[in-house]
Amino acid sequence: MARNQVTTTINGEQAEYLCDTTQSLLSVLRDELGLTGTKEGCGTGDCGACSVTVDGRLVCACLMLGVEAEGKQIETIEGVASSDGLHPLQQKLLEHAALQCGVCTPGIVIAGKALLAENPDPTEEQVRYWLAGNLCRCTGYDKIIRALLDCAAEMREVQ
Amino acid sequence: MNNPVDKPTEFKYVGTRSIRPDGVDKVTGRARFGADYSLPNMVHGAVLRSPIAHGRIVAINTDKAAALPGVVSVVTGADFPDIPRQMVPTGEQQVDIRDVAENIMARNKVFYHGHPVAAVAATSLKIAQQALALIDVEYEPLPLVMDLDTAQADDAPLLHPDQVTMTMAGPVEDARPSNVAMYMPLAKGDIEQGFADADLIVENCFETATVHQGYIEPHATLVDAQVGGRTRVWTCTQGGFLFRTLIAGALGEPVSQLQVIPTEIGGGFGGKLSIYLEPIGVILSRSCSRPVKMVMTREEVLRATGPASASRIWVKLGAKKDGTLVAAQAKLEFEAGGFKGSPMVPAVMTMVASYNIDNVLLEGYDVVVNKPKASAYRAPGAPQAAFAAESMIDELALKLKIDPVDLRLKNAVDEGDFAVYGPPFAAVGLKKSLQAVKEHPWYAEPLADNQGRGVALGFWFNVGMQSSATVRLNEDGAVTVVTGSPDIGGSRASMALFAAEELGVPPDRIQAIVGDTESIGYCDTTGGSRTTYATGMAVVEAARNAVTELRRRAALTWEVPVEQVDWIDGNAVDQSGGHEPLSLAQLTANAGPTGGPIEGTATLNAQGVGPGFGVQLCDVEVDPETGSSKILRYLVVQDVGKAVHPAYVEGQLQGGVVQGIGLALNEEYLYTDRGELDNAGFLDYRIPVASDVPMIETRMIEVPHPAHPYGVRGVGETPIVPPMATIANAISHAIGKRITRVPVSPPRLLALIDDQ
Repeated sequence: MARNQVTTTINGEQAEYLCDTTQSLLSVLRDELGLTGTKEGCGTGDCGACSVTVDGRLVCACLMLGVEAEGKQIETIEGVASSDGLHPLQQKLLEHAALQCGVCTPGIVIAGKALLAENPDPTEEQVRYWLAGNLCRCTGYDKIIRALLDCAAEMREVQ
Repeated sequence: MNNPVDKPTEFKYVGTRSIRPDGVDKVTGRARFGADYSLPNMVHGAVLRSPIAHGRIVAINTDKAAALPGVVSVVTGADFPDIPRQMVPTGEQQVDIRDVAENIMARNKVFYHGHPVAAVAATSLKIAQQALALIDVEYEPLPLVMDLDTAQADDAPLLHPDQVTMTMAGPVEDARPSNVAMYMPLAKGDIEQGFADADLIVENCFETATVHQGYIEPHATLVDAQVGGRTRVWTCTQGGFLFRTLIAGALGEPVSQLQVIPTEIGGGFGGKLSIYLEPIGVILSRSCSRPVKMVMTREEVLRATGPASASRIWVKLGAKKDGTLVAAQAKLEFEAGGFKGSPMVPAVMTMVASYNIDNVLLEGYDVVVNKPKASAYRAPGAPQAAFAAESMIDELALKLKIDPVDLRLKNAVDEGDFAVYGPPFAAVGLKKSLQAVKEHPWYAEPLADNQGRGVALGFWFNVGMQSSATVRLNEDGAVTVVTGSPDIGGSRASMALFAAEELGVPPDRIQAIVGDTESIGYCDTTGGSRTTYATGMAVVEAARNAVTELRRRAALTWEVPVEQVDWIDGNAVDQSGGHEPLSLAQLTANAGPTGGPIEGTATLNAQGVGPGFGVQLCDVEVDPETGSSKILRYLVVQDVGKAVHPAYVEGQLQGGVVQGIGLALNEEYLYTDRGELDNAGFLDYRIPVASDVPMIETRMIEVPHPAHPYGVRGVGETPIVPPMATIANAISHAIGKRITRVPVSPPRLLALIDDQ
């Protein structure tokens, strides 16, 4: 079967890959590019473990085709921390012990970061509804919500 | 009994909220879970599953699948060895290894929709899936057994015609073939006299649904098996050594040819104590001589793994006017799935274990049905039993007009009381936990219309069992702690704190890791709330052994008797004051000349485990128009012994409660009349999401466990025991009718409200 050549930008770097027409962006990231930080929990857009941003918009990578990434800007969990250190949300999640098994955490980081970009001062309820698409089975969400609110407050202070 | 017993009186690092050793890997996506492993020359495996829930396999033709380009191997039950029936100890319980083998790959019969019947390995997952569609299987359908009544009818179709009802002591009298695999009574006193002495008797029948553990990471494995050589298995498991036992057992091979490497595990809750893919991977990998990767879809996870047993529990309680419980009787029926082994036994043992009751008769039944084989789920059996028992305790309180916490306080067990299943309790914090609920300001908060308040308690045994640990001191004074306990919820943070405390080294200088089956001594599973208790105990002992060696090296350096050397706050100190103290880093930097690298090792079988008791309170508001229930506030109080890392202990309490909220309000397997799961996805099998729940308030009661050097008791399972009862009691009060069936989903609640 002929494969499609795609040129895109992933975490600020140009990336080229070949993929099947039916292959999801999640499969491309994990299986073709070795970016396994983005997790698959359901493959049907219900759990949010595969959250990435595409041109700044939060999406489930399992619900988007690899070929649709042509010309787009993709951000994955691998692009969140830099040589300067962790993103404040990553640090806050650690300080609040807001992860147990950690498999949902990459999706929480991506989704939480997208929320803070859109709304730097969210209420608890806004955080809960924003994260309603990111399933966590371990924590009961309490510490995740607190970490996000704390992070938002600290980022507002810095700015 | 070989627990180290020296007890520090105060702690420097234990009880702090340190950053977990694996934390940065987890928040950056570097942590590698089951599906994140690959090998060169790897192929992909996929499983063909039965489209019917009960039937005989007449014939399987794999010719077309094997001929598909890219397919490197096709296997069926005929490629797996015939395993004799044998009970194999796996730590907490025994399993019938023949059942395990037949559950992984059907031989002559399929016992549930989704039961594996064949598997394929191919150069791509897509080709493997195409090949599955080319396998022809001819089935002879058999009558379905989907519920407890059908299974126990006189003319019931038998899943296993050779199965008779067993007791702990052998077959029941007049045993004949039956879907009831086990009957277990637990009796004390004189039940008839007990009810005769009661001033008030209440009884009711309670039902819970088939549910799933719902871990976010699907099962995944990578197998590299060489013909005539060693087999390596990477897998997400709650126990590398358990999986070594089970995989070797299911293949009829010695454990020594098998290396199991536990990957990071994305949740388990008991569901990753069962093997599914690994032996299939071994057979596929051998047959094509290439590494094979197998990853389940979410649909496969829900159709063919995990579920926790549905149950029906009839319960009758008798009490005096003053609230003294005098009699408890119950019949507990648990669905095992296609093979025997529901958690009926712990359900029976835990059901009234929190109370002193003189006359008890509990009878448990383990019943096979055409559903996936039930796996452990966090305090297996106890939440179902507590739902029934705590609902009826609530009913007694209501009818006797006694405060529900006072009624429980009056009957609660304390130190020296004998558990209904035998031994006496050591120091336990049940009464303190009940008091804490009563004293919490929420207990006096007024309620509005359509709101109700529920209280319930829960008990779980916790276990000890075998653990190994090594504490390695590096030449720069940093420390590596190796255990064999997969870290499912942050246990490496606790392991680092134990070592920090004993060595006097800050936790950020300590790296705690999980070893594979060849890099560390045997460890039982991460289950039974045992890891922080037992493996933590091994870390304490290993660190103490390292300290002994450090003192010896300092004595050698100073040329003084070792008895003259103390270990204080990370330094060797000469009691005579004749030398400057030597730090751990100085001693390890000089380890070569004084005798070589320094490490401490410990192996133990932890005894004297301390049970966990918890009490929960919640306020619920029901919407009489939609039947939906909203959790307004939720309080969880638990005796945690000693919170080694308080934030992760709170996390266990909060996480267990929210899983329990799912069980109480939403989660339920829905089956078609063909025995096919109708909601095999997270959209329709709805676990709680962030917007469904409030913050979960925690109160940790610390009654130190006397048999642990730091007073630790297991905390992970108890939190899921009370929620179904707590929430059902709250809703019962809100609507003025007793909830007897969970989940209390909106349609079910609406029907209850409308049924005048």
